[in-house]
Amino acid sequence: MEIGPIWRALLRNKAGYVLIALQIAVTMAIIVNAIAIIQERTRLMQRPSGVDEDNIFYLASMSFAAEADVPGMIDRDLERLRAMPGVRDAISTNSVPLRNGGWSMGLALEPGAGQDASGVAIYFTDEHGIDTFGLNLVAGRNFRPEEVAWNDPNSSRWPATGIITRAMADTLFPDAAGDVVGKTVYVNDDDPVQIIGVVERMQAPWNGWDNVENSMLVPQKRDFSYNRYVIRAEPGQRDALMPQVEQMLADSNRERIVKDMRTMSETRKRSYLGDSALVKLLTFIVTLLTVITGLGIVGLASFSVSRRTRQIGTRRALGASRFDILRYFMLENFIISTLGVAAGSILAVLLNMWMVETFELTRITWYLIPAAMLLLWLVGQFAVAGPARRASMVPPAVATRAV
Amino acid sequence: MFRYYLKLGMLSIRKNPVLSALMVAAIAIGIGACMTMVTIHYVMSGDPIPQKSKQLFYVQLDSWDPNEAADEPDEPPDQVTYLDATALLEAGKARRQVVSYRSGRIIQPPGAEARPFDVDVRSTSADFFAMFDVPFLYGSGWDHTADAQQEQVVVINRDTNDRLFGGENSVGNRITMNGDTYRVAGVIDEWLPTPKFYDVTTGAFNDPEAVFMPFSVSIAKEMPGHGNTNCWKPIPDGGWESFLNSECVWMQFWVELHGDNEQRDYLAFLDSYVNSQKELGRFARPLNNRISDVMRYLEAEEIVDDSVRIMLVLAILFLVVCLLNTIGLLLAKVMRRSGDISLRRALGAPRGAIFTQYIVEAGLIGFTGGLFGLLLTWFGLQGIRGLYADLQFVDKLAQLDWLMVLAAIALAILSALGASLYPTWRACGIHPASQLKTL
Repeated sequence: MEIGPIWRALLRNKAGYVLIALQIAVTMAIIVNAIAIIQERTRLMQRPSGVDEDNIFYLASMSFAAEADVPGMIDRDLERLRAMPGVRDAISTNSVPLRNGGWSMGLALEPGAGQDASGVAIYFTDEHGIDTFGLNLVAGRNFRPEEVAWNDPNSSRWPATGIITRAMADTLFPDAAGDVVGKTVYVNDDDPVQIIGVVERMQAPWNGWDNVENSMLVPQKRDFSYNRYVIRAEPGQRDALMPQVEQMLADSNRERIVKDMRTMSETRKRSYLGDSALVKLLTFIVTLLTVITGLGIVGLASFSVSRRTRQIGTRRALGASRFDILRYFMLENFIISTLGVAAGSILAVLLNMWMVETFELTRITWYLIPAAMLLLWLVGQFAVAGPARRASMVPPAVATRAV
Repeated sequence: MFRYYLKLGMLSIRKNPVLSALMVAAIAIGIGACMTMVTIHYVMSGDPIPQKSKQLFYVQLDSWDPNEAADEPDEPPDQVTYLDATALLEAGKARRQVVSYRSGRIIQPPGAEARPFDVDVRSTSADFFAMFDVPFLYGSGWDHTADAQQEQVVVINRDTNDRLFGGENSVGNRITMNGDTYRVAGVIDEWLPTPKFYDVTTGAFNDPEAVFMPFSVSIAKEMPGHGNTNCWKPIPDGGWESFLNSECVWMQFWVELHGDNEQRDYLAFLDSYVNSQKELGRFARPLNNRISDVMRYLEAEEIVDDSVRIMLVLAILFLVVCLLNTIGLLLAKVMRRSGDISLRRALGAPRGAIFTQYIVEAGLIGFTGGLFGLLLTWFGLQGIRGLYADLQFVDKLAQLDWLMVLAAIALAILSALGASLYPTWRACGIHPASQLKTL
């Protein structure tokens, strides 16, 4: 091997090679951290919400009549909605997962003020809630119709039963291994809530919340001029059903506005809009950067080949084969790349430490470093292949001519 | 001499079109990426009311749970209770003070066919318009008596005026919302403070509300807040009245103060107010009152998204890579022209002349790269708009102003000059005659 001569030749023209190595190093630091962020955001975006996203849509109804009979209106609406062909089930509730607006409370194991409470997202619903959201009841039972009541506007007391998610159960009772049906927790300091059922999963309305997996279904219908209907369509019926539902609700009562109709799929898209945009931007940056670094290598290698045309000719005249010349430039690039990726590994880790500190990101996984090294080695070899091939074409006779 | 060097620079760029194009492209792409993110960051962290941002203060009182801070480590809640908002308004210790919260109403246009529509409402007090320099198209805000007498007056924005009154001067006309009649006192002209600093709790980049009404009226009508309501203590039974008297925070309170003395006096007033409340059994936490001017408040609310800051950091590093690339290419170019340089030196050119010549050439490349970079910045911002197409406010963020255009060109030229320093220095070091023999 010619590592010795190549190394000594490198040392004679340090600046150009140092620049390329530096460029590779910074590129690697960016790529590794960008991919780590892409991985993290993708993981967040893939978390299931727990509800039947393909078939659910929802809309808001706002009544503005001074003396509106809201409970009567909601009951009539629900009856009509559930009777529509294509509707599997429907409820009136306050929010849906990923909607980014909702109600949260704290659940405590003991009554009284100042107890440690775990945050929980609240979904007010009736006995149709589990079916409408498409939740998977893993323990206990659903609400009975007689357990569901209208709220009393003058009272802040809380309904006596609740259905919680498995994650919520594990947060409250880490040692119970999910066996929590029948246990009592406290909300609003002193109001007891008996857990009558556990669902496998249902996310809170805020996807960035620390307690996003902690939710509770509460058997209450809300007498409130602004309410939200969630409708689960039979598979394949959703898109045809949406305009019909909107029309039906708007026609049935002129003293209200029906608005903000949206599917769960659209809600998911909006909820993760920032994350998916960031993923796309970073992917674009990583690609562009790799191309730019590749072009930089091509540029400098071409220059170094044309500067050394006479030396190449001399080597060829002294008996070096074309392959020897090709190998010389490939090897030279490999050495520079190795220096670059070595420095790049350190830079990548430093940048990641700083980003973890500043932006609360997670750390990079170890295999990203060797993967990025491999990528940049390949890019380097690929970029230098053209100029190196041109170098190997230099005829031995050049040695005897002045260039 | 400068013009001669400029001519030489052009010639040299034309002589090596590929290498020069690569350099211009590297600078343009780096500037494009960098300036796209800088622009968005600049708009997001901009001062929405530069003429007054040092005189407007957001008030926070620590009325929170004795056992736990509202926000770790020891932050007061980011809004105030109805009890405190009304007490501070009543006291009137600042030049101007404003309470406000967001709510909603449904407007019922006259005529049987006209469809009712819902609007965002800002419930606030009389000083709001003067304090935040709100521009009026017609009429004005309401006065303090309207607040005190619960007069049913509104100020509407331009869009609502266009929709209801076809853009005519509607001052004195009536509108119906949720069955009640209100007199129009004024129409606001185009007003888009970015960020929407007076209330960032419900989206810092949303548009201002369509209708403004006295908050004494909206409280009497039991209009709930459409923003965040946070409570550390259960609300006692009793409906709206108990909610108003509860420890829930859901309103924003702003004061206008000029100079250090007024700030000091106001803080002292807040402390004495909280101490008097402590005697009534409220405010169990240690004194922790705060007034923050506009920029400090926006910073504390962290309205610039982390994604934007991450992208800004990566975009700056991206520019670094592009510059390293340019330095390498410039160096290659200089080395290739060693012959020319030593010839010029041998013919008597001093080092300074060589230096000027190459710096002018690099500046030329930087300027060209900057122009292309500007174009790429524009494309970049369009791309960002496309990515976030569902968020209307992104249009407001992804906008180039003349300051950013100048910044882009300046950054490009500076980058190119910075990148050319080392290669130029190497060029100056070439000895006369050293290269001549190989020519």
